[in-house]
Amino acid sequence: MAKNEEALFPLADHFATPYQQVESSKLGMWLFLATEILLFGGLFTAYSVYAYAHPGVFKEAHRYLDVTLGMTNTIVLLFSSLTVVLAIHAAQKDKIKWVVFNLGLTIVCAAAFLVVKYFEYAHKFHAGLLPGRYFTNATISNPDQAHIFFGIYFLMTGLHGIHVVIGIGLLTWILLRAIKGDFGSQYYLPIEISGLYWHLVDVIWIFLFPLLYLIR
Amino acid sequence: MTIYENKPSYLNEQKGLTSWLFTLDHKRIGIMYLASIFFFFIVGGIFALLLRTELLTPGKTFLEAKSYNQFFTLHGTIMVFLVIIPGIPASLGNFVLPLQLGAKDVAFPRLNLMSYYIYVFGSLLAVFSIFLGAIDTGWTFYAPYSLQTQEKVVMMVTAAFILGFSSIFTGINFISTIHKLRAPGMNWFKMPLFVWGIYATSIIQVMATPVLGITLALIVVERLIKIGIFDPTLGGDPILFQHFFWFYSHPAVYIMILPGMAIISELITTFSQKKIFGYRLIAFSSIAIAIISFLVWGHHMFVSGQSALIGMIFSALTFLVAIPSGIKVFNWVATLYKGSISFATPMLYALSFLFLFTIGGLTGVFLAVLSVDVHLHDTYFVVAHFHYVMVGGTFMAFLGGVYYWWPKMFGKMYDERIGQLGAWLVFLGFNLTFFVQFYLGSQGMPRRYYNYLQQFQTLHVISTMGAYLLGLGFLVVLINWIHALFYGKVAPANPFHATTLEWTHASSPPIAHNFVRQPIVTEEPYCYGDEPHHIHGLAHKGA
Repeated sequence: MAKNEEALFPLADHFATPYQQVESSKLGMWLFLATEILLFGGLFTAYSVYAYAHPGVFKEAHRYLDVTLGMTNTIVLLFSSLTVVLAIHAAQKDKIKWVVFNLGLTIVCAAAFLVVKYFEYAHKFHAGLLPGRYFTNATISNPDQAHIFFGIYFLMTGLHGIHVVIGIGLLTWILLRAIKGDFGSQYYLPIEISGLYWHLVDVIWIFLFPLLYLIR
Repeated sequence: MTIYENKPSYLNEQKGLTSWLFTLDHKRIGIMYLASIFFFFIVGGIFALLLRTELLTPGKTFLEAKSYNQFFTLHGTIMVFLVIIPGIPASLGNFVLPLQLGAKDVAFPRLNLMSYYIYVFGSLLAVFSIFLGAIDTGWTFYAPYSLQTQEKVVMMVTAAFILGFSSIFTGINFISTIHKLRAPGMNWFKMPLFVWGIYATSIIQVMATPVLGITLALIVVERLIKIGIFDPTLGGDPILFQHFFWFYSHPAVYIMILPGMAIISELITTFSQKKIFGYRLIAFSSIAIAIISFLVWGHHMFVSGQSALIGMIFSALTFLVAIPSGIKVFNWVATLYKGSISFATPMLYALSFLFLFTIGGLTGVFLAVLSVDVHLHDTYFVVAHFHYVMVGGTFMAFLGGVYYWWPKMFGKMYDERIGQLGAWLVFLGFNLTFFVQFYLGSQGMPRRYYNYLQQFQTLHVISTMGAYLLGLGFLVVLINWIHALFYGKVAPANPFHATTLEWTHASSPPIAHNFVRQPIVTEEPYCYGDEPHHIHGLAHKGA
């Protein structure tokens, strides 16, 4: 399983060359990433509108988020972006063992992210720091507006969390194909495409973390 | 349908229902879209006829007020999300685009089939929600009413959300196809103008639809757990909903009209047998419309409470849209000048488009004027305006396009006389229905009202009669198509002497892989030479 130079490029019928197929797939993925950014863009806009309308409330409410856990997750995700790149690099060098290792590490990181997120959410549920009508926290000074902060917090991190879960599924599928011997220096397009997706998930978190956890 | 037995084509290459349901062929997917879209068009059209019938008299004619509210919502929602937005790109775009580019298929055939099934699933969910409790919010789902009504808003909104994915995937597919799968020699300025129009449309589909997605998701969350984003009683802002909604839905208006313009560019040049006037200007004006479309959404909100300054900026930006639209219309008219014009059925629709779109476009400029809009906002004037653009513009082009590519799609000719009759009925019925609505609106008849003053009744009756005539016209069109499918004469490869690849290099209907040999493009599209053919009806020999 160490070397796999025989994994040939599965050229689809309607493409003339592998180059054309690779270029088309990458362009399609970049366009999809653009739609993802716009999807989150709506939530970033909502965040901006309410952060502008109630700056004091947002400043107070964000103290209920745990910066240490948020920071841990940021590091975990950044590291997982590195391992995806290493997996692509290994595929280019035909080192399939390293492809499998790095993809596996990425999936472990993604799972670790979700575990940390679970503890964060559990704490919020416990303290009644929930969106809308479920908001029951009594210690916060302005609950009528503070619930909007937590509404936006859960929407943004929740939508991001869904993307992490989809990422785990996607990377697991790629991992299984790598074990099967589908990839090598001739063909590693699916790893690259999934990697692009995983970087997006990472980049969105890079914006979520300061906006939600580090308000000044 | 003997022709299908004789020569190999995409229609007879594989047989049986499953060969259609699991096909990856862009042509078959296009045909399936076409059938589905016209099915939902009939559903939406029936709601329209019921509405117009109810409006024959002030007060109750035969519907309760609540049913009336539900019916106009369903008419709008079905026509917008199930018919006109997917309409031309998903059906004709799917069929024609790869052929015009000289490609074997779209870039991602499996994604293409998936977006079809997403469309079907979303559409069925929308129709299913009608039986559980049809929504009554209007197709715009404005908060806070959409947060309060007892009807199945969540289900309908989820359906629209799902349909959005279909639209996004189609857009991604087409952009990638246009960038990467053009035939050797076909540079950007050798592409047919239909391709340019679909390209501009796809950009809007990809860039605007996700924002609708998140907006509709927020409506669902707001209804389910009262999160307080749009609901003013929870500290939310209903105006924010309008901003979000129109940030998508204004560009969506251009998702609807740009493919119509794309078809018109093909029809005008083919049926004038003359090189299109101002190719690059038409191409770039499509892109210009796509870009400006993102900057004008606030003109829906002149009376919603946005600041006067913002209103002025949006008004000025809205005027800008008239420039690329005007460029197109003038170029089409210049193409007609000294052309060898034939009044075959597709051309009748193209000329209808020129008349009706011009009226629809110019009345749009009236509405962009801040002071005039205060008077006309939410009246029948607005209803007439957007029907002139959506039906008079897009739908005329759609019908013209289906007639034009019919011989290519099915290898059969349509009946020219029934075709002309249908085109005239549609044109007259349409104008009768909607022209009076400009006057109704300017006199103060508000849109979406169940009841009205006695003085408006005559005009409402005229409008309803027009709607029946329009319905009859569509019926004639439908009969002609079904007739052509079974009894149409065998179509030659290039019955209209067009110059784009789907006519010059592919048979009618094309083979499964489109071309026997990879076409190589050496000249610009629309080179008709010095002695153009004169197409008189369909009485001419094949290519």
